[in-house]
Formats: sequence, C-alpha cells, structure tokens
Amino acid sequence: MPLVTASNLADPDAAYRMIVEANRGLSEAQSAALQAAALLLLANHVGDARVLQEALALARETALEAAKP
Amino acid sequence: MAETSQQGARDAPAGGSGASRTVFQFAYQRSPDQDRKEPQSHPIVIVGAGPVGLSLAVDLAQRGRRIVLLDDADRIGEGSRAICFSKRALEVWDRLGVGERMRAKGVEWKVGKVFLGDGLVYGFDLLPEDGHKMPAFINLQQYYAEKYLVERVAQLPGIDLRWRNKVTGIDRGNDHVRVTIDTPEGPYRIVAEYLVACDGARSALRGMVGADFIGETFEDQFLIADVRMQAEFPTERWFWFDPPFHSGQSALLHRQPDDVWRIDLQLGPEADAKEETRPERVRPRIARMLGHDAFDFEWISLYRFQCRRMQRFLHGRVIFAGDAAHQVSPFGARGANSGLEDGENLAWKLDLVLAGSAGHGLLESYDLERVQAADDNIGHSTRSTDFIAPHSPFERTLRNATLRLAKRADFAKRMVNAGRLSTPTAYDTPLSTPDTEAWTGRARPGTALVDAPLVDETGHARFLTEVFAQNGCRFTLLTYGANGAQSAPPGVAVVDIGPQAGYRDATGAFAQRWGAEPGAAYLLRPDGYVAARMKVPSAARVEAALARAQAM
Repeated sequence: MPLVTASNLADPDAAYRMIVEANRGLSEAQSAALQAAALLLLANHVGDARVLQEALALARETALEAAKP
Repeated sequence: MAETSQQGARDAPAGGSGASRTVFQFAYQRSPDQDRKEPQSHPIVIVGAGPVGLSLAVDLAQRGRRIVLLDDADRIGEGSRAICFSKRALEVWDRLGVGERMRAKGVEWKVGKVFLGDGLVYGFDLLPEDGHKMPAFINLQQYYAEKYLVERVAQLPGIDLRWRNKVTGIDRGNDHVRVTIDTPEGPYRIVAEYLVACDGARSALRGMVGADFIGETFEDQFLIADVRMQAEFPTERWFWFDPPFHSGQSALLHRQPDDVWRIDLQLGPEADAKEETRPERVRPRIARMLGHDAFDFEWISLYRFQCRRMQRFLHGRVIFAGDAAHQVSPFGARGANSGLEDGENLAWKLDLVLAGSAGHGLLESYDLERVQAADDNIGHSTRSTDFIAPHSPFERTLRNATLRLAKRADFAKRMVNAGRLSTPTAYDTPLSTPDTEAWTGRARPGTALVDAPLVDETGHARFLTEVFAQNGCRFTLLTYGANGAQSAPPGVAVVDIGPQAGYRDATGAFAQRWGAEPGAAYLLRPDGYVAARMKVPSAARVEAALARAQAM
C-alpha cells in the first residue's frame, strides 16, 4: 500500500489546526471551494495516481460510514 | 422537445428553426438495377452519402473497387453539423484527392484559448512544430466538404451514387445481404456482398440488425447558432466558462469560411427548445456576447448529446461506420473526424478481403481497432462534457476550483477541460508486430503515419504523406539510410530516405520524429499506420510483419 497511513507529520495537532483555521470565517460554499482547491493542490503535489486512488478509496469509505443512520 | 433531445449535433435541424434550406441539389436517376428480373449483385454497397460514406467510397474506388452508394435524400442541407476537420482527416482527404481543395476553402487554426469570466485562463497550440503538409485543423461547413466529395465521386468510374434511394429492409445471408430499396419510382432489390452503414446518428440500418447503443446521454442543452458577420476576432477556438455575457454557463466561438461564425451556448437541462431557438430570443443573447447586433442568422438549433457506441461495428456482412456506430459530444471535434478514420481503416481491409488476399477475419480487426478508437473518443468526450456541464453541486465546486487555481498554479491548466481535440488513436492491435528493439520517436506500431518534410531527387520539397499516397496507399517499406528493395516482399512499395536515397531528410525532422538511425525500416499499412519497425531489417522480418498485418 503506497499510501502512508502511519503518522507522518511532526506535529499532527498543528496540521489539524491549520486546516481548521484556513476554513474559519468562510461560508459553507467557500469552505467547499477551499476543500476542492486543497485536494487538487495536494493531489498534484503527491503526483502518484496509486496514492491518490488509495486515499480517495479510504476517504470514500469514511464518507459512506458517515451517512449511516 | 422530445424530438430535439434525441438529436446529436450533426443531425437534422431541431425544432424551432424550421426545415433546413437546400445548399446543393442533386437529381434522382433510374438505375438499370430497377428493371432487372433478378436482383443485381454488387460487391460493396454503402448506405449514406455523408462525409464518411462518400470518403469511404472514394477510397475504395481509388483501390479499384466498384461501389454502389445509396442516399435517401437528393440534396445537401445547411445546418449546424461538423465544422472542425482534423489534420488526420485532411491527410486522408489529401490522398483521396480533395484535401487541398478542403484546405483552400477552410479556415486554418491551431490555437485555442480558455477564459474564465473575461480573463484568459490558458491557451494551447495544437501543432507547435513546422514540417507538416496539413494544419492542425480547418473549419469548414460540412456542406462544402460533402459537395467536394460528391464532385470527386463524379470523377471516379467505380462509384454508382444513387440519390433518393432509401433502404427499407435487409435480409442477411451468410455471404451476402439482400437489400430492399425504395425510390420515387417504387421499390427494388439488390444484393450486396458487403453492406457498409454510414447512415448517421439515427441509422436505420442499426435498427435493422437489431443492435443497440451502450453509453450515456447528457442532460444539458446547448444552443448552436451560425451567424454571418464581419468580425475582427482571431482565427482561434475561444471557450468561456461563466462569461459576463452568459452568466453561469459556457460559450464557444469559432470561425468558419464566408464570414460565418459558430457560436455554442450552454443553456442548462431545463431550457425549452421551441422557445430558446426563436430568433428573437437568440438574438439578444448573441448580441450580448458580441457586443453588437450586426449579424444575420445562418442557422439555429438546440441539442443534447450522447457519448455512446454500438457493442460491435461488424454484424456479419453489415459493417457500421461513423455516427451510425458511435456518437460523442461536439467538444473535441471527434465525430466526423473519427468517422473518416473508420473509413480509412475499413477501406484497405475490405479491398484485401474482396481481392481474396486476406480472409474475412481481417475485418474483425476493423471492429477491434475502431472500437478502441471509439472508446478513446468517448472517454475524452465524456470527461470534457462532465467538466463543461458538471453533474452535481460538488462537481461544480471542484470544476470551479480547478478554473480558479489555473490562474495561479500551472498544473491546474492541464486539468481545465474545454474539449480535447481529435487526434488519431494509437491501436493496440494484433496486426502490429511488437518492438524487439529499443526505440525513440513517435512511430510506435499502431500509430498513424507522422508527417515529415523531405526533398526528392529533383530537389523538390515533398511531404512524407504525399510520397506515401503517390505510391498508391499500399503496404510500404520505409527505410532510413538503407536499401528497402533488399528486404521488401513483392507488391510492397519502397520509400528510401537518406543521403544517397530517393528522398533526403534535409531538416532532420524525419529522423527525429521517427526515431530513425541508419539502417532502420518501417512497414506501413495501406492506411499509413505503422505495422512494424526494425533497426536491423531483413526479408524474413518484413515478410513476417506483412503476414501479421493482414491476418487476424
């Protein structure tokens, strides 16, 4: 599995906070636009279709779980 | 409305604009076949005298075949049909004797620009190098293309073109097809060894063999208007996302000959066809786009489109080509161009099969190769359409994020998809001999002949595409710094390129594009596609590649 799922950031709390702060004060639509842009930027940075595929598959799994009653 | 939604971009006129005006008129003539007691047998019957059927007929006639070409109309109508013809299509037409005429009348272009709002997102150049006979694209009204082809047909003895001959039924046998035809003077029958259906998106033949389409229909509706005006826009393809004159939708502007401009406006899924095609409704939209009102309408129609194909293009002795076999959205100019590529793929195979030098199995390779191409075209066309008309709020958010990023980050420009324009598909095919040596260059087996500028023995500039055509578009051994005659089997044409050879590669473009080192040889199929390439050619290797390219 080329996707790194083990902790890979020196300061995970700070990274999480960064994402929260980037979205602060944005409307729902603006926030959605931000997520989309960030996803595209990071996908390009990773530059590996297999990693992207695995990341999206795992993300989709969590999304489907979120929709369960 | 229901009627309109079923139509492809190259179909008959949509509701709202009335019947199409006749641009060119032809005459029905009684055929001696109509007076025979027993149905006359013909080796090849082509149904549909559109660009695909006409070009296929010319190709086969130039190979010495006799063809009956049937069309249910007797005129060429105006209308918003194909306008963008690709470099590959022009190369095909060139060897059919009409390429230069098409080019002379057409408007050449190669640059496309994509705008978001009123700002440029990016521009692309479809042919950034010199040394090709034909340009990346020309824009030409389909009725001119058809007229030039009809005139070419008249110059060839082998084609019997019958207007107002409508196929009403077929009866398929193992080695023939019985065809019932209706005419203004009543019905008659003929027998075809092979029947090629080039009868367009609403192919009646498709129904007669009981074949269905697989693929999807898109909900968004697009308005096409061809307007006549004097304008200063450059000869480029301009595409807008969310332009100030057509908020929230897309728009396309393209130049055609005779001061005619193609305008394509996205209207969304809910638009009312009858209402939206009323000239008094369309005029203010277009005036907003152009910033003035000094134009006349040539044509207005509203359409939805499909990206779909038949499961198989080969149904025994009935063979499907062009829109009858596959349909795409217009973004990418992949409709008519891919139909013409179907024709060039089929012509030489049908010729060899009828000559008895290849088995019926060779026609299976038409199915295999052109289904691959259709899937390639449908894939590109579907992605473009999804980008232009997103399916969900999320897709719209993602699309808009891509457009906004493109102004700031280079990678996103390549994701902006306002149509990926037609290029010939490289075939992954058993007719190709796999490489056994390491190669550079673009001439991978299965790819279309890449043009290059050459100089002949008399010092005249000749293009490789012309040299190939001049040899009769047959199997050709192309060598670089070698003597092809030493390894070419009988019947194979030889083109030697090199300092001492018949053609010189004065600019080095051939060597670079084909990855050629001295001693190299390439076997070309009769459609110009690369069958094999060899760094150390021998008679045995060429013989084996030749056998492979004719059997399946």
